[in-house]
Amino acid sequence: MKILVAVKRVIDYNVKVRVKADQSDVDLANVKMALNPFCEIAVEEAVRLKEKGIADEVVVVSIGPKAVQEQLRTALALGADRAIQVETDDMPDSLAVAKILKGVVEKEEPQLVILGKQAIDSDNNQTGQMLGALTGMPQGTFASKVDMAEGSVNVTREVDGGLQTVKLQLPAIVTTDLRLNEPRYASLPNIMKAKRKPLDVTTADELGVNVSRTVKLLKVEPPAERSAGVKVADVAELVDKLKNEAKVL
Amino acid sequence: MSILVIAEHDNKELNPATLKTLAAAKAIGGDIDVLVAGEGCQAVADEVAKAEGVNKVRLADNAAYGHFLAENLGTLVAELGKDYGHILAPATTTGKNFMPRVAALLDVAQVSDIIAVESADTFKRPIYAGNAIATVQSEDAIKVITVRATAFDAVAAEGGNASVEAVDTVIDNDKSEFVGEELAESERPDLTAASVVISGGRGMQNGENFHLLEKVADKLGAAVGASRAAVDAGFVPNDMQVGQTGKIVAPELYIAVGISGAIQHLAGMKDSKVIVAINKDEEAPIFQVADYGLVADLFDVLPELEQAL
Repeated sequence: MKILVAVKRVIDYNVKVRVKADQSDVDLANVKMALNPFCEIAVEEAVRLKEKGIADEVVVVSIGPKAVQEQLRTALALGADRAIQVETDDMPDSLAVAKILKGVVEKEEPQLVILGKQAIDSDNNQTGQMLGALTGMPQGTFASKVDMAEGSVNVTREVDGGLQTVKLQLPAIVTTDLRLNEPRYASLPNIMKAKRKPLDVTTADELGVNVSRTVKLLKVEPPAERSAGVKVADVAELVDKLKNEAKVL
Repeated sequence: MSILVIAEHDNKELNPATLKTLAAAKAIGGDIDVLVAGEGCQAVADEVAKAEGVNKVRLADNAAYGHFLAENLGTLVAELGKDYGHILAPATTTGKNFMPRVAALLDVAQVSDIIAVESADTFKRPIYAGNAIATVQSEDAIKVITVRATAFDAVAAEGGNASVEAVDTVIDNDKSEFVGEELAESERPDLTAASVVISGGRGMQNGENFHLLEKVADKLGAAVGASRAAVDAGFVPNDMQVGQTGKIVAPELYIAVGISGAIQHLAGMKDSKVIVAINKDEEAPIFQVADYGLVADLFDVLPELEQAL
């Protein structure tokens, strides 16, 4: 079985973002970039399925400028077999990404496509579901457990009230939640080996996808600052302040 | 242009997030129809028909919609949604699951998790874990939107008198099926709707110690939440997690106990009206957003707090 994993290059999750002075966007110049944490979990799950002998090939794909090759190499070092970069000048929106991935799915014909549930930059939580709609595949979003069976997969999903399990016929789409697994670190020898693994470059044009946006970004602002608070000495003072000053008790 | 709002419910009761989504629809302006899709959910349709500003309720009552599978619900909403200018649903796990399918089937983009309506085509939404607020304008003919419920005040649940009309379209699929669910039992108010929330983090040390929080919560009528560290350590179930990847809350009062205040946690609670931090590390980042901070050992403070209330 072949598994396709989509990964995204995003700002490192520990970095505190700064909005540009002209409010056109956040400032990404000279900021540390990394593999989106949910994508890391997706790669890990695919590699574990390979280690269990369920999958025989793990293909990773990323969309964007040449810099995304860095994240593809990371995924290769974590255990993926082969990488595909779909070269675009900038980061397309979720619908365009889903259309590009549909093109890759048609070419590669994977039995399982694993994505992260959301990217921590745009916080959209859309791509996996959109790919499901475009390819007609069933989806198991926010997965905390993936059980492969013959011709199907049982996905336990994190929903608002607890957990829900759905059974999906293959080929299917899974989007990962945080608790699905704990991603491994890439070892130095694996990082070296990853440099020799195949990485193909294609373009959105070759896949016949138009990446124009219909949602325009007008302005980006920092969130409203909270006014500085006070430290209280003990519980009595805290309760007093909550009752008489903040009036929330 | 008219608006279609998708009701969130459990087949028995309407989720209050729907009333907040109706407030966002009202801000956009136009006739508002509500779709109630589920199984045996007539009572939900009757309930939403009474909500303020609802023009018409469309009821799709069929076993195919009983578990809100995205494959069925997404196709149904895309079908019905063709006649509307806007399609809105709350940004709950259900809404997040099926709405992007709707958008892709209609070949339009989706605007996720809006926190404000600037005009019928312009919205504000948080990005980068709430560290930046983007204003976006959609040029799509049909605008597919999920709404962050905590950012809007609910419309009145009573006073409306909309008609309920049955939808006969049945969309089923043979590629996905519901197997089972494990829902967490709780007597306390729902985390996202509670006016007071008290949350514990890694500092709680173990699951048993959460009863110290529960005692305080009972005195306050509060819901109990947790940070990711507490969930990952297995102290409490994951549906209690507050943060970028968990639930977004905005109560009147949020009490963070033994929580350092990582960016991802703040994304889930920093719009609370009053924030209290109890932590023994006075350098903890949580104190930068807290209105009231108490530097002390939580094991001393929680029993005292329970006594004082």
